[in-house]
Amino acid sequence: MRVRAQMSMLFHLDKCIGCHTCSVACKNLWTDRAGAEYMWWNNVETRPGTGYPTGWEDQDHYKGGWRRDDKGRLHLTLQNKPTGIARLFFNPALPQLDDYYEPFTFRYGDLFSAPAGEQQPTARPISMVTGDEMEIAGGPNWDDDLGGSQVYARNDPSLDGIDPDVRSQLEEIERVVFNYLPRICNHCLNPACVAACPSGAIYKRAEDGIVLVNENKCRAWRMCVAACPYKKVYYNWSTGKSEKCILCFPRMETGQAPACAHSCVGRIRYMGVLLYDQDLITAAAGAPETELLRAQLDAILDPWDERVVTAANAAGIDDGWIAAARRSPAWRFVKEWGLALPLHPEYRTVAMMFYIPPLSPVVATIERNLTKLDLPAERVDFELFDELDKARLPIRYLANLFSAGDEDVIRAVLRKMLAVRIYKRRQSVDGVVDDATVALLASAGTTPQEAEDIYRLTTLPTVEERFVMPPYHREMSIEAVNDPLRHKGAAGVGYVTPPRRGA
Amino acid sequence: MNGNEMLFVAFPYAAFVIAVVVSILRWRRHPFTVSALSSQLLENRRLFWGSVSFHWGITVILVGHLLALLVPSGFELWNGAPVRLYLLEATGFALGLWALFGVVVLLARRFMVRRVQAVTTPMDIVVLVLILVQVVTGLWIALGYRWGSFWGTAVFVPYVRSLITLSPRPELVEALPIVLKTHVLAFFAFLAVFPFTRLVHIITVPLGYLTRPWQKVIRNRPEPAVYHPAADRTLERVP
Repeated sequence: MRVRAQMSMLFHLDKCIGCHTCSVACKNLWTDRAGAEYMWWNNVETRPGTGYPTGWEDQDHYKGGWRRDDKGRLHLTLQNKPTGIARLFFNPALPQLDDYYEPFTFRYGDLFSAPAGEQQPTARPISMVTGDEMEIAGGPNWDDDLGGSQVYARNDPSLDGIDPDVRSQLEEIERVVFNYLPRICNHCLNPACVAACPSGAIYKRAEDGIVLVNENKCRAWRMCVAACPYKKVYYNWSTGKSEKCILCFPRMETGQAPACAHSCVGRIRYMGVLLYDQDLITAAAGAPETELLRAQLDAILDPWDERVVTAANAAGIDDGWIAAARRSPAWRFVKEWGLALPLHPEYRTVAMMFYIPPLSPVVATIERNLTKLDLPAERVDFELFDELDKARLPIRYLANLFSAGDEDVIRAVLRKMLAVRIYKRRQSVDGVVDDATVALLASAGTTPQEAEDIYRLTTLPTVEERFVMPPYHREMSIEAVNDPLRHKGAAGVGYVTPPRRGA
Repeated sequence: MNGNEMLFVAFPYAAFVIAVVVSILRWRRHPFTVSALSSQLLENRRLFWGSVSFHWGITVILVGHLLALLVPSGFELWNGAPVRLYLLEATGFALGLWALFGVVVLLARRFMVRRVQAVTTPMDIVVLVLILVQVVTGLWIALGYRWGSFWGTAVFVPYVRSLITLSPRPELVEALPIVLKTHVLAFFAFLAVFPFTRLVHIITVPLGYLTRPWQKVIRNRPEPAVYHPAADRTLERVP
């Protein structure tokens, strides 16, 4: 057992209101620069939908992630090493700017400088690449709230395998359903971007698992962009360097949560340490499809286990980190309660950001005919609990997103969430928890105590409970590379070197 | 020092020194600026025809030139039979045409595609024009002064070797026609501008990728090999 630590973010999708505050916080901090305007290290997509860049989940087209051959070995979908070198001159799988969108602004000056006339002056949209006037044809959330649309939602690859009748129902206006999916870099354990980089410019930090691009070593071979199945490495067309989400490491190193998480209006995001066994990464990435999720969860270690603590100490992980791992909301939701799942585990990158799947609208899901409305209100919950397969958002869809198609995993998660909801409703509305509710908790695999904990961390967490930031001790780490006093004088706002385009 | 010596002795040495010194300085002081500066994200289709044709054509031809320099006897032996000479020359010429096609597409793309224009610097044009001159004069020589692979080993190789061995003999190329001289000088010009342009990406060709492990993990301090409880007790005793 060789222990490493990973900073994991958790997204409680049931709470996401799709406000894009996270995206804007990130944009203002990191990508408000020439060449980076089109990048959204954090973006929020409407699901079902095609996402950003358009259709990123279509790996037949984009060639992201890993595939497992008949002998159980892993290969990059994009390339083997010789083809990687041979394609330096032209990368056939590279997304185009229009797959994202052409970044635009408006010529606001015209509003002031237009000559007096009959009409109101307008601010024409102009391209932020060429500066020319343009017709805006897309944006990072162009299909916002367009669940059910035939242009966007219908083309969602995660709808594959859903009964055609159900699919067509999803397009009926009365049955339209959507949820939001915020996405950042998944800081994978088996990152395809790292494996695809010919220069070796991308790496994973052992101390906290953040995957970073060394901008000084990046040579614009742009294989990472194509290899990442989540399309979360971006190519800066101005500086000629790849860039990606850095999980706000400068904030985390000073004890603050990443900006997207900290600014989250719905408080859907959690941040915490997960300890994992680096010897199990290969097994987690290379497991057969049906065992992928289990294998990944097996690689995540119990911070309360003394053997794990000893091994963690031996690996140089200090007690502050282990304490943080014990209080980590990621640990509780992912392993202890089994409510959080990685996005698209079938990409085999072992993504380490986790999602708690959303519950569908409660009433409409059981609305098969009018007689259902005669149900007593408290039965409504039980109806959904017992008939999850009639949920408005098909289980199959969530399974395609979060469990490599395993519907039972999704059912277990949703049932547990519903059980907690019913339990708390009995408790706070009726004032009594009847035997039926306790039995229901048991059938969902949980207990009143656990339900109470889940409720507390879901609904009432304080900032400190949502973001359990470990002590980074950068003052000790920096000694290895820099004189601490000089480093202290150099830290601050600004660039180490200006990101100027080479010739 | 006469004009010939200036052009064929001083210039190549100066160009070489510039290429080496500035490349190293740039690599060490401004690593951020070292990049192939791909514009594929902005324009894909023309780049495919231009970049693939140009790069493969020019790379193979460059390797050919290098081989002629390293093993001229091999070339002479190969060219002993006329059929093999024709085969070599025809292959070289075809590769040259391929590269020419590529460089013309790339150059046209620089002027015609608005998005590519937005990231085009004057140096990009300088580089492409220099390469265009190089390819055109090369093809011209192949057509007008046959057979280059045959006489080249006798004319150019001794000259280049004289430069390398620091006993320059510019008189070897003094009497050559202007096209041949242009071809040679354009190469030295290429060397001189090399470190100031995106051409530096040539020396970053990532062949190490072939042998490195897939994943890369960096620690800010080395992983302790073995756990030493004793070491911990020592720490505790520190006042």
